[in-house]
Amino acid sequence: MSGLKELKNRIGSVKSTQKITKAKQMVAAAKLRRAQEAAEASKPYASRMANVVANLTASMGDGSGGPKLLAGSGDDKVHLLVVMTAERGLCGGFNANTAKAARLKIEELKADGKEVKIITVGKKGREVLKANYENLFIDHVDLGDAKDKFTPFAIGLGQDLTARFENGEFDVATLIFSEFKNVLTQNPVAKQLIPAEAPDDAETIDLGDAIYAYEPSEPEILEALLPRYLNTQILSAMLENAAGEQAASMTAMDNATRNAGELIDSLTLQYNRARQAQITKELIEIISGAEAL
Amino acid sequence: MADKLHFSLVSPARELFSGEVDHVIAPGSDGEFGVLVNHAPFMTTLKNGVVRVEDNGETTMRLFVRGGFADVTPAGLTILAEEAVNLDSVSVESVQKEYDEAHRALLAEGKDGPHVHALEEQVAYLEDLKAALVN
Repeated sequence: MSGLKELKNRIGSVKSTQKITKAKQMVAAAKLRRAQEAAEASKPYASRMANVVANLTASMGDGSGGPKLLAGSGDDKVHLLVVMTAERGLCGGFNANTAKAARLKIEELKADGKEVKIITVGKKGREVLKANYENLFIDHVDLGDAKDKFTPFAIGLGQDLTARFENGEFDVATLIFSEFKNVLTQNPVAKQLIPAEAPDDAETIDLGDAIYAYEPSEPEILEALLPRYLNTQILSAMLENAAGEQAASMTAMDNATRNAGELIDSLTLQYNRARQAQITKELIEIISGAEAL
Repeated sequence: MADKLHFSLVSPARELFSGEVDHVIAPGSDGEFGVLVNHAPFMTTLKNGVVRVEDNGETTMRLFVRGGFADVTPAGLTILAEEAVNLDSVSVESVQKEYDEAHRALLAEGKDGPHVHALEEQVAYLEDLKAALVN
């Protein structure tokens, strides 16, 4: 009879797990909508900013002689990777995929003989990369209390990176994060932050013969623009990451709920069969007992 | 005039305006400037101030921007503001409240706090915004 009781307990526990995953899925769905809206609302600014940077750099020629954030340090030895992941687990392969992309990039850079430094953003990425690359860590940014205040966080990180760059701590900074394509797909991508690079898909406008006029002056504008461009890139990466995390979490929890349902079905079948077998056995015992009289 | 200027104003949080207008007057860091259609390519930083949008000789919209950039290309005028609000959508009272809060936070922070700079900027911004609202 212990078999029956055990089965019943298991069904009970799977059912409560299912309730939890179901609740988590709904929470993720609600959060996803907000995160997605925030990510989309910031897109016009980011893309226009990219266009402006593209225009400026196009009109500047090769960029040498410009500010260091654009021209680079003139070297390519020390690479800084900013690996951005989520603060929590339970979101399927979301963190693992980003970490894997980071690992590939690290190995690639190492194979090229570069020095690699890592700043992790978000707890999960740190945990995963710690195993192999702890000696490369130079800093960690906790997203724990960022919640909805991504802007100050992005600005803080941007300033931190700029300061480190000016101190000569690295030559090239690359951000690795999850690009939010849609609810089902999030791809880890690497984006070069320093020296600043305009995205390939930015529209440059043909000015014809006209010459850009700058006020106060081109270097001053670039000086004001580039740190903001950096912050904007970090901010949109953060927002996309947040949306991706919720989307991945929602999908993972949806799968978990479905699996729990299947498990409950098969356990219930097993339970009913066992119960039926027991009843039959008892009946046979009674009948054969009666016959023996 | 059939031709209109394509004007868009975006802040990191959202796109505040995008459309065709006659005339936009913006607070450049070296002085206020107006943009009509077919303006020569021009780029400038902005200071805190009011961006006025005019259509058919009337001011149709007043937006307060907190620094940023204006980029004039043959395609139109784009303003990238650090922060922007439509002056029609805020009241003097709510701004005053925010201002008081920021001011209090600044006093609480003391002279050497890590956020002093950011708070001072916030206070200056709200002060300018308040002044723009009163006018």
